Amino acid sequence: MTIRTYLAAATAALCTLLAGCERPPIDTTQNGYRGTGMAQVVNPRIAEAAAGRHAAPAPAPAVPSEGPKASETYQNVQLLGDLSVAEFNRHMIAITSWVAPKEGCTYCHNAENLADDGKYTKVVARRMIEMTRSINTDWKAHVADTGVTCYTCHRGNPVPGEIWFEAPDGGMTAGLLGSKHRQNTPAASVALASLPYDPFTPFLSGAQDIRVNGPAALPTTQTQGLKEAEWTYGLMMHMSDGLGVNCTYCHNAQAFQPWESSTPQRVTAWHGIRMARQLNVDYMTPLTDKFPANRLGPGGDVAKVNCATCHQGANKPLKGAKMAKDHPELGGGG
Amino acid sequence: MAEYQNIFTQVQVVAPLHDGIALPRGNAPRSGQPFLWHLLGRFGNAQIGPIYLGSLGVASLIFGLLAFWIMGFNMLASVNWDPIQFVRQLFWLSLEPPSAANGLGLAPLNEGGWWQIAGLFLTISLLLWWTRMYRRARELGMGTHVAWAFAAAIWLYLVLGFFRPLLQGHWGEAVPFGIFPHLDWTAAFSIRYGNLFYNPFHMLSIAFLYGSALLFAMHGATILAVSRYGGEREIEQIVDRGTASERAALFWRWTMGFNATMESIHRYAWWFAVLCPLTGGIGILLTGTVVDNWFLWAVKHGVAPGYPAIVPAVVDPAGL
Repeated sequence: MTIRTYLAAATAALCTLLAGCERPPIDTTQNGYRGTGMAQVVNPRIAEAAAGRHAAPAPAPAVPSEGPKASETYQNVQLLGDLSVAEFNRHMIAITSWVAPKEGCTYCHNAENLADDGKYTKVVARRMIEMTRSINTDWKAHVADTGVTCYTCHRGNPVPGEIWFEAPDGGMTAGLLGSKHRQNTPAASVALASLPYDPFTPFLSGAQDIRVNGPAALPTTQTQGLKEAEWTYGLMMHMSDGLGVNCTYCHNAQAFQPWESSTPQRVTAWHGIRMARQLNVDYMTPLTDKFPANRLGPGGDVAKVNCATCHQGANKPLKGAKMAKDHPELGGGG
Repeated sequence: MAEYQNIFTQVQVVAPLHDGIALPRGNAPRSGQPFLWHLLGRFGNAQIGPIYLGSLGVASLIFGLLAFWIMGFNMLASVNWDPIQFVRQLFWLSLEPPSAANGLGLAPLNEGGWWQIAGLFLTISLLLWWTRMYRRARELGMGTHVAWAFAAAIWLYLVLGFFRPLLQGHWGEAVPFGIFPHLDWTAAFSIRYGNLFYNPFHMLSIAFLYGSALLFAMHGATILAVSRYGGEREIEQIVDRGTASERAALFWRWTMGFNATMESIHRYAWWFAVLCPLTGGIGILLTGTVVDNWFLWAVKHGVAPGYPAIVPAVVDPAGL
């Protein structure tokens, strides 16, 4: 073989090896002391391609708050009754465009009688408005003044794109061999790691302790072991993937555990974990029997939220667009 | 005319097929008809076989294959016996050890029992193979350096899967048998025990690992560089002046003031290689048993540096 043949073969082999890689240059932003690996790594081309996903819709024009109240004009207005009729209708139009733009009003309403609670979607939507208000008023530690609207999660879909159900056992643990122990699967929930693929059930629905580090140099009574660490690791992979950030967005590469060397974002995330947990426990799970079976997961559980439900790959949902300030009826704007 | 090239050589020396020296009494016959394989001759000796298997080798292979099959069939069962999914998910599949709650006793088969059996068989296989290496070296009238180097690797394996679990009182923290799962285990190990890079034995192990690579590169390069003078015949040359051997020694004496000898360079290499798993094993053995958080340990002993804060310090919200 000639040198040229060797070169061609080597080039082809190199291209094959690199086929799965992202091409440089990659943008790096330092967010800590030099030399400590505190940096965020972003591929600008991928970020640009995903930009449309994080664009917020233009707000509807404001309407007068004078005039008759919605509760005086319409029947069965359990929430939002304090709004003027104009404001109430503006809200209804907004929620339709956020949640059911294709399906329209009748996705939730009975066209014959708009006050009728016959459709489950209306009952759920009412509870979701309460949930949104709770997020905007009770969870300022996480959502700050940016707040959320229905669009933050729904993005024009009746069912938000990023939801989770409890992982079924998959029929693999009953036999004599072959148990996966709910891990060791290329699962999107943990960014294709082999880590436990349902870290949501223990941490975002249950309140299992996420902290696995020993609190002191020498052994203590702390009993969280390596297997527990893998579950925590799985949750962290979800957070990293769901927010489009590296570990060092919140943690210090020197040690993941100490708070004093962590970034302020870690505190925001701490509240976010508790927020997601409360939304699942107080809002989503009690709605389980309202949903038809086809909306439930394989184990019969209701769809629940995790970090990606709002964030959808961005460190701030909708890149921090302050949609909620245009909708004070949702408790936003603060 | 073909000639030896220093880095990529096109020459291979081929000798008539031979069985090697006669073995002492009590040895099994060597098996296989030797043959020449040109392609392998480009990397080493072109003669393939005969191999000495013996009863130790056969027993080791049987236990090793049993362990391999137990792992493989558990992985295959975990994808519902679907061969396509088995191939696609192979790097993710695993055989997991029992949970910590199980203690040191036998676990139910599907909850770590298979892992215990596979681990036992793999250990038996490795120990038999070690004995075989030792015996083969002795029968050839050699020293047993290779066997002891292999023992260093077995030490690390036993620390990970046997000694440390014994000290902890359960098998829950032993390494799973799987490609990605054992890598995730490694990362989780460092996360759980507060950054393994602050473990001084881990530091030593890395130093010996990289040191081995450096020594190997230095030695390999030196010998290739004097191969035009027959430098690969290292030992024959060490007593004479002007040989490849002396040039190699002078090269290092002139460039860095000190040179190893043709004999001592191999001791350096052997110790660096052997100390890598020896120190690493000590570091693993201490983790979770004697030290629970290596970062805090390093802070306590002034090893971990403090860095200036770039962002305002935050406090644990759980304590507020």
